[in-house]
Amino acid sequence: MRKVGIIGVGQSVFGVRNDVTIQELAWEAVKEALEDAGLTQKDIEISIVGSAGTRTYELYPAVPVNEYSGFSEKGPLRVEAACATGSAALAVAYNMVASGFVDIALAIGVEKMNEVDTATSLAVGGRGGGNYLWEYHFYGTTFPPAYYALYATAHMAKFGTTEEQLALVRVKNQKYAARNPKAQFQFEVTVEDVLKSRPITWPLKLYDCSAITDGAAAAIVASEDAIRKLHIDTPVWIEAIGYASDTSNITRREDYVSLKATKIAAQMAYKKAGIEPKDVEVAEVHDCFTIAEIMAYEDLGFVEKGRGGGKFIEEGQSDIGGKVAVNLSGGLLGKGHPLGGLRAWR
Amino acid sequence: MVMSLEARYEEFWRQSIKQLNEVVKATGLPIAPDEKGQYSLWYDVREMRLRFSISVERIKRFFEGLREGKVYATRCRRCGRYYFPPQADCPYCKASDMDWVEVSGEGELLTYTVINTKPLTYSHYPDYVVAIARMREGFNVLAWLRVDDPKRVRVGMRVRLQVVRREPEGYLTYEFVPVEQ
Ligand SMILES: [Zn+2]
Repeated sequence: MRKVGIIGVGQSVFGVRNDVTIQELAWEAVKEALEDAGLTQKDIEISIVGSAGTRTYELYPAVPVNEYSGFSEKGPLRVEAACATGSAALAVAYNMVASGFVDIALAIGVEKMNEVDTATSLAVGGRGGGNYLWEYHFYGTTFPPAYYALYATAHMAKFGTTEEQLALVRVKNQKYAARNPKAQFQFEVTVEDVLKSRPITWPLKLYDCSAITDGAAAAIVASEDAIRKLHIDTPVWIEAIGYASDTSNITRREDYVSLKATKIAAQMAYKKAGIEPKDVEVAEVHDCFTIAEIMAYEDLGFVEKGRGGGKFIEEGQSDIGGKVAVNLSGGLLGKGHPLGGLRAWR
Repeated sequence: MVMSLEARYEEFWRQSIKQLNEVVKATGLPIAPDEKGQYSLWYDVREMRLRFSISVERIKRFFEGLREGKVYATRCRRCGRYYFPPQADCPYCKASDMDWVEVSGEGELLTYTVINTKPLTYSHYPDYVVAIARMREGFNVLAWLRVDDPKRVRVGMRVRLQVVRREPEGYLTYEFVPVEQ
């Protein structure tokens, strides 16, 4: 496998983007990535488009998005991995370059989620996220809120994690989202605000949840050779990617206090990179819900299982000055959560 | 009540299509401002309704069981693994050699949530409790938990699985009820 570096990144403004189509939204990110890398469409050999889709009028969005950005004959390859779609697109682009298939690849993550109403969106998620017949059809399990709520309840029961501790995650992430000009929610909140927000699926309230967001991100990756030829001296080298999943039927998960997929993927990445959890100083983790960030602290090994709530969050160990600074971008909670939006490099 | 729900959807769709037609008649195009009156949106006039058909041929015994008031799992005759939801194939043995076994129905609650914000086709139900319980046999089942007061639900409480008719639709499904202690 060849060494691969990121040489350009771009991101659209996140939010309810009724002012643009999915093509225009993707282009905002692609344009920025091309300019960041100092490249043109000619230099890109293949484009990978990550989009979970189904909530946008273009049901097969990869080709229209690709054409609009000026890459008609290059790829595209569409990638879908639910909420990890953007990261999956980057993983594919990385492997395209690492394997020698191409020297320069573009990963686009794009999602337009607000072209259908919220009730329809919940139905799409409920159908798509878990196991349709046995969960959504019979029991109206909203995905992902209900699924993370099941984890939150179990975590609270087993480890004594509290709703206040969950709220602290949102408070921290909003502190940074408030300073991020591309975030959907550029304001700060208090624990009180979170606790008082309307119930979505107990114990999760509105502010425990990320929003239904339109957004796009793009990253250009290149081989070591190509990077040298382009005279780029500050690429971000990708040291390792770990990738894993768990069951579709939530009943077949081993427990409801940790995400096995996170643990497996983290071990893969740590091993390849030759580092340990204690070496990590800054992390961007999947905080689609406050409980998700708490479990990520534990599953990534920053703190032992069950201690992600409690003192760890209360003492600010996941904030600047603590053990590891998490989601300084504002996270999905603050920035918004377009399913296809790239995250790995945020 | 089924009718009234259906009627509500129909009314909702009819109203929005009517409004859309009026906009087209008046302006020649289905373009109108978004909810906030901020940006122009083209409202799709080609409606698409999705209603899927799902094959249950190989697990129809399960649904016959519901009619008899029983909940079945499958169990691989070669490796002894239970499958719930039931499935016809054991990928580990590469075999389709299953026994249909009635679920004991005795379980312990592992976790639960109360769904307050519901999908459209669930909007006519009161807030409902979705729970996962570990069955005596060792596998888990997800279902609604029938309780009058969600505040009395506790992780670890004992529950029993039973076949019920989901009203107002009248279709058969299975739910948990608390076991009185
Ligand atoms: Zn078997």
